[in-house]
Formats: sequence, C-alpha cells, structure tokens
Amino acid sequence: MAQEPRFIDTTKCTGCGACTDVCPVELPNEFNLGLDAVKAINRLYSQAIPSTFVIKKYDRAPCTLTCPAGINVQGYVQLIKLGKYKEAVQLIMERLPLPGVLGRICPHPCEEQCRRRELDEAVAICALKRFAADQVNLADLAPPLSEARPERIAIIGSGPAGLACAYHLALRGYRPTIFEALEKPGGMLRVGIPDYRLPKEVLDREIDYILGLGVELKTGAALGRDFSLDDLFDQGFKAVFLGLGCHVGRPLGIPGEEAKGVIQGVEFLRKINLGEPLEVGKKLAVIGGGNVAIDVACTARRLGSQVTIVYRRSREEMPAFHHEIEQALCEGVEIVYLAAPLEVVTDGAGRVTGLKCQKMELGEPDESGRRRPVPIPGAEFELAVDMVVPAIGQSAALGALAEWGVNISRRGTIEVDELTYQTSREGVFAAGDVHTGPWIAIEAVRGGIEAAESIDRYLRGADLAEGREVKREVQGHWREIPKDEKIRPREVMPTLPPEQTCACFDEIALGFNEAQALAEAARCLNCGVCSECMECVRVCEAGAIDHAQKPQTHALKVGAVIVASGFKPYDPSKYTAYHYTAYPNVITSMEFERILAAGGPFGGHLVRPSDHKEPAKIAWLQCVGSRDLHHCDNSYCSSVCCMYAIKEAIIAKEHSHGPLDTAIFFMDMRTPGKEFEKYYWRARDEFGVRFIRSRVHSVDPVAGSDDVAITYLREDGQLITEVFDLVVLSVGLEVDAGLKELAKALQIELGEGNFVKTSCFTPVSASREGIYVCGAFQAPKDIPESVMEASAAAAAAAELLAPARGTLAKTKPEFPERDVSQEPPRIGVFVCHCGINIASVVDVEAVRDYAATLPYVEHVETTLFACSQDTQKLIKERIRELQLNRIVVASCTPRTHEPTFQETIKEAGLNKYLFEMANIRDQGAWVHAHDPEGATKRAKDQVRMAVAKVALQPPLKEFDLPVTKAGLVIGGGVAGMEAALGLAGQGFKTYLVEKKDFLGGHARKLNRTWTGEPVAPYLEDLVKRVESHPLIEVFLNSEVTKVKGFVGNFVSTVDTQGRETEVQHGAVIIATGGHSFKPTEYLYGQNPRVLLSLEMDQALREKNPVVTQAKTAVFIQCVGSREPDRPYCSRVCCTHSVESALALKQLNPDMEVFILYRDMRTYGLRENLYKEAREKGVIFVRYDLENKPRVEALEDGRLKVSVIDHILGIPLNITADVLGLATAIVVKDQEPLAALYKVPLTSDGFFLEAHMKLRPVDFATDGVFIAGLAHYPKPLEEAIAQAKAAASRAALVLSQDAIRAGGVVAEIDPVLCVGCQACVGVCPFGAIEYKEREDVCEVNQALCKGCGTCAANCPSECITLFGFSHRQIYAQVDEALADLEEALEEAAGA
Amino acid sequence: MAEKEFEPKIIGFFCNWCTYASADLAGISRLQYPPNIRVIRVMCSGSISPHHVLRAFQKGADGVLIGGCHIGDCHYLRGNYMTIKRVRFLQDLLKFTGFEPERLHLEWISAAEAPKFAEVVRKFTEKIRKMGPSRLKQAA
Repeated sequence: MAQEPRFIDTTKCTGCGACTDVCPVELPNEFNLGLDAVKAINRLYSQAIPSTFVIKKYDRAPCTLTCPAGINVQGYVQLIKLGKYKEAVQLIMERLPLPGVLGRICPHPCEEQCRRRELDEAVAICALKRFAADQVNLADLAPPLSEARPERIAIIGSGPAGLACAYHLALRGYRPTIFEALEKPGGMLRVGIPDYRLPKEVLDREIDYILGLGVELKTGAALGRDFSLDDLFDQGFKAVFLGLGCHVGRPLGIPGEEAKGVIQGVEFLRKINLGEPLEVGKKLAVIGGGNVAIDVACTARRLGSQVTIVYRRSREEMPAFHHEIEQALCEGVEIVYLAAPLEVVTDGAGRVTGLKCQKMELGEPDESGRRRPVPIPGAEFELAVDMVVPAIGQSAALGALAEWGVNISRRGTIEVDELTYQTSREGVFAAGDVHTGPWIAIEAVRGGIEAAESIDRYLRGADLAEGREVKREVQGHWREIPKDEKIRPREVMPTLPPEQTCACFDEIALGFNEAQALAEAARCLNCGVCSECMECVRVCEAGAIDHAQKPQTHALKVGAVIVASGFKPYDPSKYTAYHYTAYPNVITSMEFERILAAGGPFGGHLVRPSDHKEPAKIAWLQCVGSRDLHHCDNSYCSSVCCMYAIKEAIIAKEHSHGPLDTAIFFMDMRTPGKEFEKYYWRARDEFGVRFIRSRVHSVDPVAGSDDVAITYLREDGQLITEVFDLVVLSVGLEVDAGLKELAKALQIELGEGNFVKTSCFTPVSASREGIYVCGAFQAPKDIPESVMEASAAAAAAAELLAPARGTLAKTKPEFPERDVSQEPPRIGVFVCHCGINIASVVDVEAVRDYAATLPYVEHVETTLFACSQDTQKLIKERIRELQLNRIVVASCTPRTHEPTFQETIKEAGLNKYLFEMANIRDQGAWVHAHDPEGATKRAKDQVRMAVAKVALQPPLKEFDLPVTKAGLVIGGGVAGMEAALGLAGQGFKTYLVEKKDFLGGHARKLNRTWTGEPVAPYLEDLVKRVESHPLIEVFLNSEVTKVKGFVGNFVSTVDTQGRETEVQHGAVIIATGGHSFKPTEYLYGQNPRVLLSLEMDQALREKNPVVTQAKTAVFIQCVGSREPDRPYCSRVCCTHSVESALALKQLNPDMEVFILYRDMRTYGLRENLYKEAREKGVIFVRYDLENKPRVEALEDGRLKVSVIDHILGIPLNITADVLGLATAIVVKDQEPLAALYKVPLTSDGFFLEAHMKLRPVDFATDGVFIAGLAHYPKPLEEAIAQAKAAASRAALVLSQDAIRAGGVVAEIDPVLCVGCQACVGVCPFGAIEYKEREDVCEVNQALCKGCGTCAANCPSECITLFGFSHRQIYAQVDEALADLEEALEEAAGA
Repeated sequence: MAEKEFEPKIIGFFCNWCTYASADLAGISRLQYPPNIRVIRVMCSGSISPHHVLRAFQKGADGVLIGGCHIGDCHYLRGNYMTIKRVRFLQDLLKFTGFEPERLHLEWISAAEAPKFAEVVRKFTEKIRKMGPSRLKQAA
C-alpha cells in the first residue's frame, strides 16, 4: 500500500490555518471542482476530519531542477510575489552566496526550462533574483549558526567556485582560508566581467558578507608561485579545494601574434578591471564570437576605440549571448562574420598595423553541430587596426599539479569524481572552470557547493558518495498549466539609454522596479504547486509542518479486502454538442452541488459562474454520459441522476431569492427508490419543477449575454427554443481508469462498463475469494444501496474472518477512579494561548487571573498548547499534586478536543465527566479578531459559565449490560435465510421464525435473476445450508407474539401453532417479505390469459400453452404502482417484464411482444437488458396515468388491448394472446410486529429505518434491524445485500461482551415523577417506559441516547440529563448574565 | 454623565451537532460577528425547556437565540420538532405577558452553514441593539 506524504504532523497541527494565510501558491480548489481557489497548503474542506492541513506537492519545478546550484527558484519567486524580499534572499542564499552577482550575469538555464514558455515567455527569474538582492542589506541577514569545526581548509582561488565552497564550509562551522593569486578576490567575476555588466560594489558587498562568516582571505598568494600543495598539508590544512579558474587566453597560432599590440582578451579585461596600465589601440580587431570578445569590444568602445569583431562563422553560430551581441552592435561595434585571421601585419617597429583575414563559408556541421567554416580560396582581405585582441578561449594555468598527484585530463582540466568533486589526490577537491573548462559561473557555484559537502564528509570520515546522485535530466510530474491562464508578456528590464551606455562604465541594466518585480513574480505558474518557500514552517507555532516527509509503502497482513473505491463523474468535455468547455454557464451536476453547498465556492449563494448573477431559469439535461453509446461507451443507466436532478431543482428553488424556473429534460424519469416517487410528485406538484420528456436537440449561446438557448422537440413534435441562465448536465457515474489497474493488482474480474463482476447471489463478492466490493465500483448506485452493501461486505468479510475476531484487538488500560463525591469542588482552570491563535486577540493572562477569582477555583495556569503531550502531562500532575477534582480548559471546541482531555483526567484518576471546556478560540478569538476587548470579556464569561457548570457536575457512572449472543430472524425468505446465515456464519446462535411451513418465500416463484442466473438451484442450496447449520434453529409455522427487553437482552415469544417458545436474543432482524398486488382491473382473475408477473414465470417454467402458443403478448407496467393509492414504484417490475419479454422472444422469435409502460425503470446495468429487448424487436409503448390501457375479452377468447400512442396521439389496438400484469409489491399486516419491537412504518406500510441514507438497515430502536421486501420492493441481489448488511449490523451488537450504558443519559427521579408520561411520547428511541404499578416513568439507560428532549418536556423537571442538568443550565444562564466584576469596578470608578 | 452605548446581552442555546458545530466552523473560517453572545451548548435543541429560556429573560437577557439542526437532520431524529412547538409556545406566552416575542429567535443552522451562523448572530445582535435593553433588566 503506497501512502502519499501529507507533510503535516497531524498530532501537532491545531488546525489554526496560519499556514494557509501565508502560503503564496494558489491553485484551483479540487473539492469545489475548480470553481474557486485554495492554497497549496490547505484543508480539503472546512469540516474535514482530522481538522488538519495537507500540502500539495508535485515534483520540484523545472527551474529549480535545472539550476546547477540547486536554488529553489519557485520558492524565491513566490516570496518576491509576497514582497518578502529578505526571505527570498535567505532562501537563495541557502545555496548561492552571490545573489546580486548571479542575478546580473547568470545566463539562467532555468529560464530555458520555464513552462511559461509554452504560453508566452519565460518568467524573468534572473532579473527577479537581482531585484530581491538589491532590496536587501546583507548585514540584516542572520546566517544559521553551526558548531565550530577546528579543521583548516585551504581554498585556492576566489572565483565563484572558491567563494561558494568557502561559504558552505563556513555555514558548516569551518573557518577556511582562501588563497587568491591576484590582489583582489572574485576571480573571473572581478577580472573577466566589465563594470557595466557587474558593478564592483555588488561583488565586493557579497564577498565581504562571505568573509564576515569567518572565511580568511589571503590575496597575492598563488599556488605554484608562492607555495605548493604539500606546503599546504605541511602547514596543517586538512583539505584543499582547487578553484583556479581559466585565466590563460588561447593563442591564435598565426604569424605576428607576438607583436606589440596583440593582447589576449582575458588579459585585456583583467588589466582594465584591476585598473592596471594598458595602452588601448585606436582601432581594434577582436577575434572570436564569445562573451569575452563582446566584453572586450564594448569595453574598448567605452575607452574611445573603434572595434571590429572578426568571427569565422555567421551570426547564428555566435556563442555570445544574444542580447550582448545586440548591445555591442548598438554601441557601434562592427562585426565581420565568416572571416578567420591569417596574419597579424606589423610595421618595422613590430607594431600592429593590420590583420589579414581569410573569407570563409559554411560547410558541413562539425561535432558541435554547428556548420564548419571552410575557407573560400583566394578570398582574403586586411583590416587596418593597431591592436589585435584574440578571444577564442581560455585554459587553466595548472603548473605542477600533475606532479603533485592531481590527474589532469586530455583537455587540460583537473579530473574529478563526477559526484564528489574529489581529485586523484586524497583530500584535494576541485571545481569550477579549472575542472569544466571555461563555463558559466552558476556551474562553478554548484561545484563549490558539492565540494564543500564532500570536504565536510571527508573531514568527518563519512562516506563521500552516500545519498548523493548526479543531477538527472529535468523531467517530472508538474501541475497542469491552467486552461484559463491569460497571456501576460514578460516585464522588460529598463536600461540606460544607448547614447549614454557606450560613454561610461555605468551599469546598463537598471533592474526592475517593485511593481515590475511583483507583476513578474506573479507570472510564475507554480509547476511544483508547493514552492517550498517555507513560509508555513515559519508561522506554524505548533511545529507541525515537515516538508521532509517521504512517500511510504506499507505491507499489511489481511485476511480479506473490501474494495469501495467509488466512481468518477462523467467528464462531458468530449461531448461537443453541450459545449461544456466553451460556455461558462453549462456546468455539471457535481459543480452545481458545490454551488449549492454552504462550503462551496460561493458560500451557498445560488449564482452562476460566468457573472455571479442569480439565475432565474435553470435547465437540467439528463443522461449525459449514461444510456448513450454515441458520445461515450456508457450504455448503462447511472441510477442516481434523476433523483439528484430533482433534489437539486428543489434545493435551488429553496435557495433562490427570486422566483426560479426549473426544467428537467429527461427520457424516462427513474425514481424507483423508497419514498422517491413521492418526492418526484412533490417536486412537480408542490414546487412546480417542470419535467420535459425530451432529448435536447441543441445547446447554443445567446448573443450578447452569458445565457444558453436550448432547442428541443416536444412530445407533440413541436420544436421549441427556450433561453436559460444556467444549464446543468446531469452527468453519469463511471469507473475511473485507475481502478482497472487496481482490479488487475487485486486479480478481480471486471464486467460490463468495467464494474466489478459479481453474482446476484453473492452481490458483494468479487471473483477472487476474500475480496469484497461495495458501492459504485460494483455498479452505479445511490447512497442507501452503497451503505447497505458496505455493511454487507463487512458481514461477508466478518464471516470469513470469524475465527480471528478480536485477536488483534487491544484493550485500553483501566485507571482506578478517585472517589471525589465527598469533596467540595476543587477546580483547575487551564487557559490556552493556542500559539498566537487565542493569545493574539484574547488577553489570556487576564482571563487566567480572572478565573482565579471564581468560586471553587484552586488553580489557574496558562498553556501554550493545551492539547500538546506536555500539557496533558502537566494537567495530570496538577490534578495529583493539588488534589483537583474538576478541570476546565479554556481553549478550542469540545467537539474536537473534549475526548482528549477527558482521557487525560481519567488517567489522573478523575471521572471523565468532571470536565468542561470554554470555547474561547473557535467561538472567541477567531470570530472577534478585531475586538480584543470584547473577545476577552466573552472569554471571561464563558470561563465563568464553565466553572459554574462543572462545579455542579457529579461523577457519572457507566455500567455494562450483558449481551445475549444470539440473534432472531423473522421471515424465512431469501432475505431472512441470508441474514440467519450471516449471523450464524459469524458464530452466533440464530433463531429463524417462518410463518409458513416451508422456507424460501417468493423466491420459489422466480425463474431467473435479471442477469440470467437460475434461482432454483441457489435457493435449494440456501435452504439446505440453513437447515443443516448447527447454529440455526428454524421455527416453521411460527410467529412472534410477545417481546420483552431491549437491545442485548430481548426475550421474544415464538408461537408455533399454539405452542409457545421463549427465545433469548441480543438482536432481531425483521425480514417478513412482501406480496404481489392482486388487481381488479385488466380482467385479472376473470380471464385465464391475464397473468401476474410471477404467474407468467410459472407459465414459462411449466411451458403452459397460453404462453408457449401465443403469437402476441402484451405487458402492462405499473399495475397498482405509482398511483394515488400506492404512490411508490415497485422497483423490480420493469426489469422483470423485460426479462419475461426476452424469454418469450427466445421461445418464439416471431412472437409480437409489447410492453406498455409509463417510464422504463431499468436502472443501472439493467439498462442493457432493455436495450437488448429493443434490439430483439420488443415494442415499447408509453402510456399516461390519465390514459391507461383498456383490456377487453374478444369472442375468440383472445384479448383486445387498447392504448393511446403517445407520439401519434391515436389509439393503438393490439390483439393479444396473453397479457402480463406487472403489479405492485405490497406488504400486509406489518403493524403488530412493528408495535412489538417499537419500530415505525411508512405511510405505505413498509418498515421505516432510522435514516434512509445513512442507516438503511437500522431502526432508531437499538438492536432491531430490517432486510428484504418488508423494507421496500427490491430485486434478489439487493435483498441479499441488505440481509447481509442487517446481519453485519446485528453482529455489531452480538459481538460485544457488554453494552456500555450510562454517562450522558437521562434519569427520572421517581419521587417527583407523577406518571404523566409526557416524556414517553417524545423519546425517539423508545427508551422510556411507564411503569403502571408504581405510576412512574423510567428511562432505560441502555437505550437512551442522551438528547434530553424528555428532560425539557417534563413539567416537574424531575428528569435530569446528566452533564446538562437543569441546575447546570440555570447556573450557566445566571453566570452569563451576571455583571462582570470589571463592570462594577468601572461603575465604582466613574 | 453620558450614557454608555447599549451592548445587548444575548444567550445562545445551540445544539451540539449542528448549530454549535457551525459556530466552530465560523471560527475556522474566521467569519466575524459581534461578541455579545454567550453560548450554552446543549445536546439537542429539543432539550431546551421553556423554563431555561424564561430564566434567561428573567435574569436580564436582551435576546435569546436558539439554534438547531434543519428539520430531518436532527441527530436524535425528531428533537427539533419539539423545539418548534416550544418556541412558538414561548413566543405566544411572551406576547401574552407584554414582552417582545422577537427577543426570542429560532434558527436552523447546519454544521456546514458557518456563513449563515455569523449572519444570523450579526443580524440578531443588531436587531436587539435597536430594540434596546430588555425591560426585565431592572428586575434582574
């Protein structure tokens, strides 16, 4: 199992959100589907549990990965965006000690990789670095201190490599010594770069800073000239770094090169930069095309010379930076391309008078990829010049290094280990140009940094290479470039005007101004998401952020796996007809859900995305990505969209301030769930939601507005166009592509639509044993079905693992409780700073001092973080040493932290209820941030209220009630038997009570499941397994007649034809099943050709000629369902009729089969069956409730079925040989059983669960569960899943050794109770019983949930809800309204 | 002596599961509202007895705000139905005694509705501020 790092220590995070405030990186909020933005450090959504943060981090940004010195580019760009220049420079200087220098001269390879280039231009990273460096006084930086290290280290050369190496060694505590051959430090940075590119004061400033860290500098000390390597080691240096650079110009190798007036480019620059005397010619020829050549040329221009650059290739091949060539040209430098020097022409005195050149042309490319210049025979010319400056390359002055044991490469550079920069001589390291040959400064910096790391390891005796790797190629997983990112051109750096530049050595580039820098930094795309700027770390007082967390892999040893990986909403972008991507006001239903949500992008205000206008007309388009093979491969129905569209329409109407028109465009309205049909009717009749049966023809923009026009064909054939403010696409459910991989890894089979393949008889078992599935990965389904399956999967796993139950359970240690009942209250009050979360607003010390004045308060104390481990320990100590017996913590909310503190005081021997919290953060400091006085006053009041409340708090007892580890299942159909097997399979004794004299129920009448699996063999096996199970006791011909007791302790009386048996059980599952409705219409019961669905099954099974000989068959749907008398859909009938129709077609492909329906409700994967039926020629004719079909018997015995065709509007007459009636499923006589177990029924007579979505198999009454048709009509696999779910929930009761009762529960004082029973009726849990003999009521504390409704209803206030007693509430009220002491003092003073 | 501006005292009875949670979420979301309210957390709005409310007014509360779960969302299934009945009854009673029934306000605020919570507290505080001090204050 791979786990991504969160980068937050959840045990330390207090959820204060300070990190989010400072985080510079914004990204689309995935939770709100990108409709608003969040920071890179965020909480998934505001109510997320745990209430802690998470950092979103991809690979480091390409700029950062590209930088040779490994500077966190994205990080400092973000800090600049925030205006935090000092922090930006600090971040740069974690790697690079020369930000101002490199900010000017770096050729910035990072910008080459900037992904902004895919949009417009790279972010001006280098210029931003310079900007930040220019804003900060280095003296203000406090470098991190390290332990001082005694070892001496010699650094030869003070160029970028040497300086970087010295700096990083200094950061590690060393005091290295730099030996510089020249009189001033800086190497090429000083002597190779003219002032107009890099002012000397910038360099001096940064070198001074490095020296200020304790680096010693010895100038005028050259290796080879003044000392040898051995000398250094003899003097006690333990390591040497060679950063000599390349300061020797390469000769041209042409005649006349020794003449006076020929000077190497590097030498020319060195002399000028060091202010050494140099006679500069009036006319110069500079040879070469690199930066040195340009620098020489521009320097000479500034000194008044005429300059011609001679370069042997063309402009494109010139290695100098483009902008520098431009600058040179602008300053009047001439460039002669395709010319090679042949000879320096001199006069008699040996002075240069000219340069003879050969004209060239470009030939084949050479090994560098550039085209090789080849001479044009006979084409020569001469330039009249008095100075020739070769600038065709440099090399290092290596002296005797080879003799001293340092290997030199063939290229004349020092050979080093690629990773460690160690040379062939032990203790000697090298980097920079002397190793790479002439190259860029930032690369030299990298070498210096790496060498410093190696030297440190070397001196510590550590492995030089461990954990380091050579820089890999730049690639990674980065944030997608936002589609709506606007084109924003790069800021242009202001420069000196050209007429001014060539006259002086002033810096040309002037740097960004602040507005430019902020705008430029804001262009960064934050490729890595988190920029690792570390601002969050700086502000997190709790120290909870850990950027070093790594992905983890866990190996878990498990006996079963439950896959509940859900679905992905269909992405309608590819569905061009709906213009989802083009029109901002065409959104998906998921987006609409977020818009409606209080925590959504618009705070629950119903506005449309384009202009945040409140819509007045909204349309829903159904079946987007469902029941559609044209635009997607999803032929199935997604099951949930009709219902959620109706819900969204109703909620939208409720949210809307003005009148809102809502229209749902649909094919079939599918509301086959419990209470769904009524909801549909209410939407239509009470809320006025328009339901339009039509597939939409086109969706178009409305010119001049953000509105959307929908054109559709009405059922009467009329083409209508309507304009809507907002169009919601009701997108379907899909299996995410990633889940296919998961399935492969788990080795489970996927079926149609890539949903997990299961059998109807084992609906939660995947193809591989021990792997179970639930929810929408099995098939598209809604919440109740998913929750049922979840419990069912748990039951299946629990059966498999029954022998191992409890073996991994840990028991909490028991702590002896101190008896404080005889003590007066001794209260300890702890007031929390919560870092600065509370203390920055509330005067915590004042609250503490105030608390000390309150009655019974023996101890007060402030804490930095009350929830920290340290404080928990402290509280325990204080309880013991001061004999405190009640604790008040004034900090955050009891909803998250009360259990923590209760556990703490329990460990200190106090009853955990002797605790109270004053919420002064979430409901104090955070909400009165601008009113410290008001917040402090409120905090004092809430503390006073808490103290008063806890003073009245008695210790509360919790006690254990035994559990009878047996279950009772009522009903011997499939649901009942599966439930019984589920319980017995988990090792519990189970009683199964069946009214009839056989097991099996209505399943005996079924032929096949909708997937074609034969039911009879399964049923036979099921009955056998039930009858032979040693733990199951079956009572046939029996009914439950009496019930006593409650959860864990029921005693039910089973009546078997007059003989009574008392069974003891801890839980009961009701699975009494349903029945087919027997209609009086359509000639049922009068004509043998009219059959109910199950009778049709029987006829098919028995090959009854009425069916087998039929030439025409008709089915009528919704017989008795979805009518005012029975306002519910029976869920199974559409699929059943389609199945039967297909069976008829199989029997006789020529048979004409009609299905007369109102809405085809073949939900989920059943849709494919409907599709198959249409393909096989079954004719579907829709009818309305107002125009029901009519059936007459013909004289020949056949039937005449008439129906109004809904398209043509004329009657269609069918002569049928057989008529199938898909009648409702009904329940009978459930009231007595409901009364026995104190559970409710719906108005349709079905059992009513505790919560339709969240607790679909539980009742509000503990210990009683429901499964099968008694709950609602459902197909076999759903009944089986629900039965298993009920077994799972019941097993939760039975698996406990005891039921813990007490704590926050109600108690009735029998002395005061007058037996009025006002409490009995209001208890939703049936926990209060009236005891007739005593004429008092009594709360069963095992059933009481502690809501306190009874206490509030009791006219004599004789009911106490422990922990919230009347006295406590009165005390809180009184204290809340008591005048504050200060107020009195104030009054006295005034 | 100039009279100090009237600062209303408001008692909030909030159910643990919805409105109290929304008040916490208002904090997490840093939504600001006036600090005149003093909150008493109860498990269910259905456990707030008329006596609790009357006690608050007797002791000089200028307003009482009751917050519970939306109908259908009650953690205890139907406690909030009791709340409606009691609040209606109390408002009638207050009116009958000549006391402004508007000083008692009931609002359903779910755990997710932090903006609504802050808004309700803000508006109620302002309303009570405009109404001025409770006439029972002297008696308290």
